[in-house]
Amino acid sequence: MSRPVQYNVKNEGGKPIQVVGSPEGHMGEGFFTTKLSNVVGLARKNSIWPLPFATSCCGIEFMATMGSHYDLARFGAERVGFSPRQCDLLMVMGTIAKKMGPVLRQVYLQMAEPRWVLSMGACASSGGIFDTYSVLQGIDQIIPVDVYIPGCPPRPEAVLDGFMKIQELVGKESIRRRNGEQYKQLMESYGIQ
Amino acid sequence: MALTNEIIKDRLINKFGDQVTGFEEPYGLLTFEAPKDLNLKVLQYLYDDAELKFQFLTDICAVHYPGNQGRELAVVYHLHNLADNIRLRFKVFTDINSPDIFTAVNLYSTANWMERETYDFFGINFVGHPNLRRIQNVDEMDYFPMRKEFPLEDQTRIDKDDAMFGR
Repeated sequence: MSRPVQYNVKNEGGKPIQVVGSPEGHMGEGFFTTKLSNVVGLARKNSIWPLPFATSCCGIEFMATMGSHYDLARFGAERVGFSPRQCDLLMVMGTIAKKMGPVLRQVYLQMAEPRWVLSMGACASSGGIFDTYSVLQGIDQIIPVDVYIPGCPPRPEAVLDGFMKIQELVGKESIRRRNGEQYKQLMESYGIQ
Repeated sequence: MALTNEIIKDRLINKFGDQVTGFEEPYGLLTFEAPKDLNLKVLQYLYDDAELKFQFLTDICAVHYPGNQGRELAVVYHLHNLADNIRLRFKVFTDINSPDIFTAVNLYSTANWMERETYDFFGINFVGHPNLRRIQNVDEMDYFPMRKEFPLEDQTRIDKDDAMFGR
């Protein structure tokens, strides 16, 4: 028998409900002060729009991750965008052939800052078992990567873990990082801009 | 009378004499070879003859035999007679230093992409092909990956980090 709707609405039995905590700051009656970067980070990390770049079996695991059983939507990422211009997180899932390299790079270049990259699975991260003439040996040869998820393919739990690592990075990122010298150097090392 | 491998073989020998050699029938599939200059003549004959009618080109591929001095590369044509449902294989061999073979595009349009693929992976230069460039690999590639010229594992590779791959 299905569960009554009240169960979800009234929270009977006092089950703990997780609410995103407020960042560090000073609080008084009617006001709260904190750093702007904290607020921006909080907003960003709980509303990431992923762009799935799925080329093989890791993409199938990603579909399971987006499905109701694992439900990436719980992390504020239910809006999967298929336009790089609107998305924050490029999720590269699957074998990237050398011929696909320029395509992936183009997609990355089309994304607006701030942008993050998640490399899912052995193939995207290192070429995996495809140690051969036609396969790119890791997407970090052409675009910078923030988080690598190991596995062949990784389970949806691993994808969620990797996604939470991205959230951690996003939440803690300084608001000026993308204007900094270090970031510029990183981009230049990939020949971007 | 139904077309058989015997008839095809006899007709080829009647037409080309001792130029066509190496007849064999592994699993009933007629296989033979001819000098590479004759490839178009043989294909044309198989195509035009009112009885043979090999008018469908199933596949072109190449094989590299590194130990076969002077005839390292084989180009294999798989032909199909759709009317009688008979297939055959036709091979030509070439020196790897001058891998020039006449294109079959004018006879079989389907040969266009197949020859590009064969060029891409084995470096066979199909003379007369309208657009002989790589079809599957990246354009910048400067080698022919399916040739048996490469060690199983190149120890000088730098695109894999040895520490991570136990080398």
